[in-house]
Amino acid sequence: MYRYDEFDERFVHERVTQFRRQVQRRLKGELTEDQFRPLRLMNGLYLQLHAYMLRINVPYGTLSSKQMRKFAYIARTYDKNYGHFTTRQNIQYNWIKLEQTPDILKHLADVEVTGIQSSGNCVRNITSDQYAGRAKDELADPRIYCELLRQYSFLHPEFSYLPRKFKIAVTGSPNDRAAVAVHDIGLRMHKNEQGEIGFEVLVGGGLGRTPYIGQTIRKWLAPEHLLSYVESILRIYNMQGRRDNIHKARIKIIVNQMGIDKYRELVDQDWEFTKNGVLKVPDEEVARINAYFAAPTYEKLADQTAALTKLRAGDKAFDRWLRGNVIEHKVPGYAIVNLSLKAPGKAPGDITADKMDAVADLADRYSLGEIRVSHRQNLVFVDVKQSELYELWHKLVDLELATPNLGLLTDIICCPGLDFCALANARSIPIAQDISRAFTDLDELQKIGQFTINISGCMNACGHHHVGHIGILGVDKRNEEFFQLTLGGSSDQRASLGDRLGPGLPQSEIPAAIRKIVDTYLVVREQGERFLDTYRRIGIEPFKRAVYGDQSQAA
Amino acid sequence: MALVKNGELVESSFVDVSAAEAIPPTGAVIVSFTQWQAQRDALLARGTPLGIRLHSDQAPEVIAADLPHFAVVALEFPKFRDGRAYSYARLLRERYGYKGELRAVGDVLLEQLFFMLRTGFDAFEITSADPLRDYQIALADFSVWYQPAADGRPTAMQLRHRK
Amino acid sequence: MIIANRLRDGVVVFLGPGEGWEPSIAAGTVIEEANDAERLLAVAKRHEGECRVIDPILIEVEIKDGKPRPIAIREVVRAFGPTVRTDLTEV
Repeated sequence: MYRYDEFDERFVHERVTQFRRQVQRRLKGELTEDQFRPLRLMNGLYLQLHAYMLRINVPYGTLSSKQMRKFAYIARTYDKNYGHFTTRQNIQYNWIKLEQTPDILKHLADVEVTGIQSSGNCVRNITSDQYAGRAKDELADPRIYCELLRQYSFLHPEFSYLPRKFKIAVTGSPNDRAAVAVHDIGLRMHKNEQGEIGFEVLVGGGLGRTPYIGQTIRKWLAPEHLLSYVESILRIYNMQGRRDNIHKARIKIIVNQMGIDKYRELVDQDWEFTKNGVLKVPDEEVARINAYFAAPTYEKLADQTAALTKLRAGDKAFDRWLRGNVIEHKVPGYAIVNLSLKAPGKAPGDITADKMDAVADLADRYSLGEIRVSHRQNLVFVDVKQSELYELWHKLVDLELATPNLGLLTDIICCPGLDFCALANARSIPIAQDISRAFTDLDELQKIGQFTINISGCMNACGHHHVGHIGILGVDKRNEEFFQLTLGGSSDQRASLGDRLGPGLPQSEIPAAIRKIVDTYLVVREQGERFLDTYRRIGIEPFKRAVYGDQSQAA
Repeated sequence: MALVKNGELVESSFVDVSAAEAIPPTGAVIVSFTQWQAQRDALLARGTPLGIRLHSDQAPEVIAADLPHFAVVALEFPKFRDGRAYSYARLLRERYGYKGELRAVGDVLLEQLFFMLRTGFDAFEITSADPLRDYQIALADFSVWYQPAADGRPTAMQLRHRK
Repeated sequence: MIIANRLRDGVVVFLGPGEGWEPSIAAGTVIEEANDAERLLAVAKRHEGECRVIDPILIEVEIKDGKPRPIAIREVVRAFGPTVRTDLTEV
């Protein structure tokens, strides 16, 4: 993974010093809250319902064991012994004190981790595929370009006061695990007709109040032009994005308002001036960064499928876990292991400080000291020897990190919701807990098959509800929490936004509603159909009837 | 208003009449785009240095052809979080080749000065009790940066590869 | 009652007797008259200007078992902590 050089080191420490000064000025009253807010947001510090929350970037989801141990240290020393992994490959702490934040950031800077631009009207954490560099279906490792973009975007003087936040995601695989179609800029690596690897550039995707699937602004972009082209997209947005209404300020609004063709025209006009200038990415820099992401020296190991088959036959639980949470690796004899942060009754994405330390130790022992964070709020070990899978599995079971529900009904994405977040209308975590407790039969979960449930506590959609196979949105009706369901969303390369099922339901009725939807699907599904496929085939009506009965619904 | 320019606190020799009813007949003035459009010939006939002040919704494209006439271009930050002028500044410097004084006016505060410097501003109407001190603090915040901007200073990438 | 977050540590506080800020809602001053509300809100705003608290607002409370309790769920969460982590907060 990337290692800071003297420039990166100096930069992050200067940033901490600057923030320390800003905090001092705020506490002394030299800065009003209005003046201070963007400054603290651009260092990751939010004010939530009952304390400050600190959001720390895990750039493109790659973490070292050393950094994970530091996360545990922060949780223990400055917070309440746990952290929360988010849908943007970040970690959040919920009880941070402003006056301690510069010290916390210093500790993190010491291990090459920051909260820089994890919030604010600027370019946010660049996210990517959690299997980057290791998946069999990958064309190229997207993280080199994520790192290039990360450095490029940090404290960009022109783009630190955009109309609104700006999120970029990159996938190196045709199987999009990074949800690029619902980002402000989505980058898909693929080959052109000459066989050269470049980026399809999507623009104007996003969730929230007005969700949109990103549109293709450019079919193929040569990697050397990545920064100059992104700069032109950002420049047009900075100058023309709406600043009169925060709900209409994202790039998706302006792209859809003027049309993608017009936006492309403006970008191309600007780009004409810069495409062959100083922003052209030099080969030496790509090579320099590439070296950090070079594949580790793998042992020459035989594929262990036969041995594993024997073990599986004798241990049903192991078999379930292997089938569910373990993914094929590029290299024979190795495997990708998903650590589920979705045990029944747990808040999705939460992990205690002790478990963070345990995961760091396991990473060192079994996976070359590296951990990945998925936007689905799970952790991943990407370099585990197949021969050690059985042993590792036992240890994960002891830590409650082995629930074999990856990609299944209870592998729920869930935002913090009204229990934590000042923006929320409803509490989302109890919904996730209720559902995970209602579906604990592991055989049933595997029989139901691939299923994503995404829960958001409000229209800001941090839980990505629009792109869940089932989406659940918290709404406030006369100080009571209700939950609207949507069906048929997807965040992969065939991205789609969910359709509203009907009026909001109270918390108590959600598990039953999910059960009815699942039962309806199971009755009509055809061979090999996931829920999403069945839904796309039969439409919403059967599910509406199942959940709401046969009466037509008045609003 | 006092101006920080070239690292010093100076009095502006221009009078900002952009919000005034009438433009005085003599003296260096800074006018609005509306005034420039309406009284262009008269302003040029005055024969004194001219400046122009743009609002944050006026992209510099509108004055690109007229830049040779202006010794000062003032770009407004109506609120410090309106970041359009950062793009405008870069375009003026890097696209239109503007070499005169590029002045930041409006809600100009210490904590944004560093970005203003990097995007090409060289004069600042800083709203604070000690503008010069604020300027010096901001200047010293960072010794390394990642992306090229109007200040032309070498980036980390360039330093790494000795470009 | 008037609720705010303390600036330096973000802790939720309630305006209490002697115009001090109390971390526990039970110690907060229950306001019954409109002009008291106005007066105390002005005090709270002054404290905001003095960088002691952020964003003081007036919220509705009811008295349950002799103890004040916010009416809105959101304020209940602010007063008593996240409902999903009652192990972490004092009630």
